[in-house]
Amino acid sequence: MAADLREGRIVIVGASLAGLRAAEALREEGFTGSLTMVGDEPHPPYDRPPLSKQVLLGQVPADSTALPMRRDPDADWRLGVRATGLDPLKKRVVLADGESLPFDRLLIATGTRARPWPKAEEAALDGVFTLRTREDAAGLAERLAAGPRRVLVIGGGFTGSEIASACRERGLDVTVTERGPAPLVGALGGTLSKLAAAMQRNNGVDLRCGVTVTALRGDGNGRFTGADLSDGSRVEADVCVAALGAVRNVEWLADSGLAAGPRGIACDAGCRAFDMYGIVTDDVFVAGDVSRFPHPLFGYQMLSLEHWGNAVAQAEVAAHNMVNPGPLRRPHLALPTFWSAQFGLNIKSVGVPTFSDHVVIAQGTLEERRLAMVYGYQGRVTAAVTVDMAKSLDYYTHLIETAAPFPPAPGASDRPLAAEIPLPSDVPDPKALSHGPTVALTGHLPDRRLTVVQPT
Amino acid sequence: MQIVVDLTRCQGYAQCVFLAPEVFQLHGQEGLLYTPAVPDDQLERVRQAAAACPVQAILLGKEVSPGGR
Repeated sequence: MAADLREGRIVIVGASLAGLRAAEALREEGFTGSLTMVGDEPHPPYDRPPLSKQVLLGQVPADSTALPMRRDPDADWRLGVRATGLDPLKKRVVLADGESLPFDRLLIATGTRARPWPKAEEAALDGVFTLRTREDAAGLAERLAAGPRRVLVIGGGFTGSEIASACRERGLDVTVTERGPAPLVGALGGTLSKLAAAMQRNNGVDLRCGVTVTALRGDGNGRFTGADLSDGSRVEADVCVAALGAVRNVEWLADSGLAAGPRGIACDAGCRAFDMYGIVTDDVFVAGDVSRFPHPLFGYQMLSLEHWGNAVAQAEVAAHNMVNPGPLRRPHLALPTFWSAQFGLNIKSVGVPTFSDHVVIAQGTLEERRLAMVYGYQGRVTAAVTVDMAKSLDYYTHLIETAAPFPPAPGASDRPLAAEIPLPSDVPDPKALSHGPTVALTGHLPDRRLTVVQPT
Repeated sequence: MQIVVDLTRCQGYAQCVFLAPEVFQLHGQEGLLYTPAVPDDQLERVRQAAAACPVQAILLGKEVSPGGR
């Protein structure tokens, strides 16, 4: 049985971080069969986090972020061609060029794309961008280098905030609009979002919260000139970036019978996809941003994560499980972890901050902009966020993994008085935000309003 | 050669910044920015940086060449 699984045909749809790491891991695990990688972008796998940082700062070109291989996956690469369908019965992936790829096992790692500005004719104005791909970043970096009068960033999530940070560092005027009460509030809750707002304003960002952009305006020749806001004001700008979160690339699976929807493709802890009846498949696996998977530390709710580290960890588990029989399979139990660099601060998070009712500042203070905030839910630690205190994060990871009591016991020598005082975590309903959450709990807890069920 | 730094693992020890300052820079107190495409004359320094990283967060390798099969 195990020997059979190390042979045969594996197709991976999605040639970015998760797809590449899975392909390498399959070979590492001893897979000797044929491996085909399908990617809709024409480029070999590249790294995206630098696109909103080094690339926008003008330090490195957008086309220089290719991912290094851990080992050559010895794959047949189909780049620049989109998968358009999946026939789970005949076990074939259909490509946009008409080719049909047979498989014995399939890994879906199609990830997400940037949520576009909803009005297509306004989104098409020259100077209006989203930021997800190498081309997006190259175009935006070129505009920033040209010295626009002002940049408008719609959405105060991580991507929007990093773009605003890069603009300020380049000396550009920038306006950020966010429908919620503060930037990053959807990911970090109320207290840290106030720090994020203060950092933006201290660094000269024109931050407008509690407003939406109602229209993007052009000059009649198709060039973006500014935007109207819901409070009646107008922002004059040469460049606009819609940083509205991500859309999962699941449309190609509409007729596949898989449990694929706006929150991603549901899979079990072993990365095996569910079909629409909730029956687990055994030949279709999912990894990366496009997956939704249950996590025991968060009430077995399904997690949708847009995290670099999750793409890597889940790809490795999926690859292992694709070439190993049942009893040897592993669960994907890695804790969600992410980072963001903005306005000179290094923000790192472990666990699920939105799965919380209270927070304490366990180390440091808001004033010194160096702190560790611990999040608790019903008396246990569920997440921690550090600001310029990354070395402390491992300690809190251990507290989360062991379901330690909240508030956490004294331990740190720099424990402030605030560590005695839990505050409400103040996590808003994601419906009220401009930016999509990068962590979404998609199960149901009656006392939380975190589930958004929207037919598309 | 290309590098990628696992910044979920990076804790800002900055050994790489000392060993290969043209490739790795701190941004603020502990945020790391780096040049993903390693210039040839920096390769040896980057190898040392990858070896010295206390949390082994630096991966150095070739990029995929799709025609390679």
